[in-house]
Amino acid sequence: MSRVAIVAALALLLCTNAVARGAIEPGPAVLVAQKARANAIAKASAATVAVFDSSGGGGGSAVIISPDGYALTNFHVTAPCGPAMKCGLPDGRLYDAVIVGIDPVGDVALIQLLGRGDFPTAEIGDSDDVRVGDWAFAAGNPFLLADDFTPTITYGMISGVHRYQYPAGTLLEYTDCLQTDAAINPGNSGGPLFDAEGRLIGINGRGSFEKRGRVNVGVGYAISINQIMRFLDHLKSGRIVDHATLGATVVTEEDGSVVVDDILDTSDAFRRGLQYGDSIVRFAGREITSANALKNVLGVYPSGWRVPLVYRRDGQTFSTQVRLMGVHDESELIALVQHEEENPSEPRPDELPKPDDGDQPDDPDEKDQGEQPKLPIPGVADLLNKPKMPEAVAKRFEARRGYANYWYNQQVQQRLMRRYLERSAVQGVGYDWMLVGDTETADGFRLDISKEGAKLQLPNTGHFEAEFAGDLSQQLSPPRTGGLLVAINAWQRLIDKGLRRFGEVYYLGKLPHGPDNRVEDCLVGYFEGMEVRFFFAADTGDLTGIELFAADDADPCEITFSEFTEFSGRRLPKRWHIRHADADFAELVVETWEFNAAPADPAQGNQ
Amino acid sequence: MLSLRSSQRIRIAAAFVFATTAIALANCAPAASLHNTIRDAQRKVVKIYGAGGLSGLEAYQTGILISSEGHVLTVQSYVLDTDDLAIVLDDGRKRKGELLGSDPFRELAVLKLQLDEDAALPHFNLNAAPTASVGDRVLALSNLFNIAGGDEPVSVLHGVVTALAPLDARRGAFESAFRGRVYIVDAAANNPGAAGGALVNWQGELLGLLGKELRSRSTGAWLHYAIPVDQFIDAVDTMRRGESLGAGDLAGSAPAEPLKLADLGVALVPELLPRTPPYIDAVHPGSAADRAGLRRDDLVVFVEGEATASYAAVVEALGRHEKFDAVRISVLRDGELIEASLDPEAAVDESDASEAESSDEQSGEKALEEAQRDGTEEEAGE
Repeated sequence: MSRVAIVAALALLLCTNAVARGAIEPGPAVLVAQKARANAIAKASAATVAVFDSSGGGGGSAVIISPDGYALTNFHVTAPCGPAMKCGLPDGRLYDAVIVGIDPVGDVALIQLLGRGDFPTAEIGDSDDVRVGDWAFAAGNPFLLADDFTPTITYGMISGVHRYQYPAGTLLEYTDCLQTDAAINPGNSGGPLFDAEGRLIGINGRGSFEKRGRVNVGVGYAISINQIMRFLDHLKSGRIVDHATLGATVVTEEDGSVVVDDILDTSDAFRRGLQYGDSIVRFAGREITSANALKNVLGVYPSGWRVPLVYRRDGQTFSTQVRLMGVHDESELIALVQHEEENPSEPRPDELPKPDDGDQPDDPDEKDQGEQPKLPIPGVADLLNKPKMPEAVAKRFEARRGYANYWYNQQVQQRLMRRYLERSAVQGVGYDWMLVGDTETADGFRLDISKEGAKLQLPNTGHFEAEFAGDLSQQLSPPRTGGLLVAINAWQRLIDKGLRRFGEVYYLGKLPHGPDNRVEDCLVGYFEGMEVRFFFAADTGDLTGIELFAADDADPCEITFSEFTEFSGRRLPKRWHIRHADADFAELVVETWEFNAAPADPAQGNQ
Repeated sequence: MLSLRSSQRIRIAAAFVFATTAIALANCAPAASLHNTIRDAQRKVVKIYGAGGLSGLEAYQTGILISSEGHVLTVQSYVLDTDDLAIVLDDGRKRKGELLGSDPFRELAVLKLQLDEDAALPHFNLNAAPTASVGDRVLALSNLFNIAGGDEPVSVLHGVVTALAPLDARRGAFESAFRGRVYIVDAAANNPGAAGGALVNWQGELLGLLGKELRSRSTGAWLHYAIPVDQFIDAVDTMRRGESLGAGDLAGSAPAEPLKLADLGVALVPELLPRTPPYIDAVHPGSAADRAGLRRDDLVVFVEGEATASYAAVVEALGRHEKFDAVRISVLRDGELIEASLDPEAAVDESDASEAESSDEQSGEKALEEAQRDGTEEEAGE
């Protein structure tokens, strides 16, 4: 019996082997791999979008990242479209979409598809885990081939990671991007690059073409998804988002060190101690071995982000945190965007991606091609030929200088404020507060604050006052706080006056703040010539921090709140961490918090 | 006895199970080790920066390390025409490079890195290089488009060997001198800056060297190819010794019995001056030249597409062919270009060939015009 079984087993083994070797039919492993690949492609395709401008001309690709229809694409795809575009999904349906936010430097745009709450979404991958040699595939609408919006899939290998591609013209710099030999062609722009498992790792937007005409020659670039996710809440703010700079320039020396050869004295890096001649060792957790490497890492952060910096001087190593500043000032950025929108191929026609694709032909002789009529899309043109903004889009669009779509900014502002007031029940707290408590090191602090001014009694350090009248930038007491009392006044004003009457207020996006660098929603308000940033926790809606910038080039007063507790029926922070410049100022623990609310307060509506 | 046998069988069966598992694992393994294979291979590829930088002439190319002490094999080009060659290793180290020798026929050059340190550099072993067959999976490693700056590893493209074919290509107006067999691949391997890069298999072993940008002579399509190691391994030895190969000693491809004028039945006007124009003085009746219709006073302008400005150039060009090889010769007669195919072996007149050749030339002209429209005329600068 057993012999028979063994012989049979042997025969079976030999047989399977023979089948595998004979290649008459693929082995089971191959079939499994093929099935896995087909599944990944099917999953990824469902979230891939074909983008057309509202007249049905030109276009590109996009990918949906949330069920409510938020989709990522390239700025250079949306730039010629205006606020409205049409988006085709593989289900064959065409949806209206509206511009949400743009990152013209990084060539990213966020749009929202309208009309459904259950859009298929792409699974977000981790582009820092991507390695050279990984398999990847691009989905999109190259050459606008898909009449039924089913994306074209091109498969390839990751050829390089952390690549840097110089700006095309004045914008569209690709930093820390992925390089793939999966074919990226005109029309793939804005479309997704997936890893072999169908997870979104990047947004395709560029290729190197040189003299081979405008088709793929084995080199395509995708903006890494990790960079985009860091910008996502900034994009959701509806703003024209800016990238960051250190405020210093560096050169790679012969010995391989990366040395500061110029630094702005208005930059935070300068105030944190970075000087001419220092060599940068690490930045944002990454080793810096060349000037290019620094440029590469910088490009993945939005303006205002705070990152760790390690530098070396005279053999000594220093560690600090620096706030990155914007590359462009606001009007500069707006001018650049307008220029790009109105005249996409002007600044450097040979290098700027064309509106109908998105690639970067380096060949000057290719200019002619860009001026040729756009590819017709049979059957779609008539459908799309609506000159007016669709109603669904019009409802969700508000033009404003400095914004791609102000409507979205207002939505977030109101949501944050409403949640804060409701959850914390702080409406009507007024201006007259008396707080008593302890400090970390010694007993007894007392804060008396009113509409007119404030007094702070601190153990050991003494007694401080501020008057909330006249030039508030002269009332930045106590010293070495950057304006603690004025910051508290700003907080009171926000609660009392609400968004409309506080002064100019806008939603910035998410930024790291506080000693733990928590990344939270940030409302920016201006009053009395000063900028105040209010941070809100995503889960509780609590106000978790305030930063008061008395001047553009001044270190802020940073207050971080924690241990939210009930004081007279209101949810308020028990623990206040106060920091300015390079040092902690104090840690206050509030024991009692009394209000003498002005009677008129509840009537003054917020928002 | 019986029990012993069955236990043996079990052992055999177990061995089989093990073997099949091993095969199955081996099939999966490349996915895991391919990353490492690529990374190892990248370390053996260098970026070369030299002359150029003007109007589409890239001032960079790629090279491969072929010895632990820093010998670099690359393509011979204008990039090397400088005393200030900078070679950037995979780890970002920048070193000066010195030209040891070159091979004008294959257009290859060997450089030596100036290393202060006793570095044991990772390198490809030319002597252990395998050959690939059509259908084999390959990787092309190079600094195409100069994407990899500083210490960034070079780019990797994947593909398959699609053909092993003699190179029949040109660059701008000039045909490539090398006509040996090359690997044609479906990866877009030969882009600006890629020349001198490595074509490796999935084990990371060197198969060939990525060549300069060339277009097919017949179709005008850009070629993606690599010169197999066995085509240049001997030449590399010569270059490493610091010698440059002359046209006469094209190791590996030098004909055993070079073709001479007499074999074709042609006598040129005697070479009295160093640059005597190659006018035909006499054609031997019944010879290959006679059969092809060549006449006295014809001026030989091309041999196998290679411009022949002098008597010496004709002799040299013919000398690259075997005694029995058929050669195409273009002559100028009364201001008209006439092409002829001369076959010393065949006794049949091949006058048809001249027509075919002239139409080919036309398509070549057309492709050239196209190339110029595409902005490829910079290639003519080489």
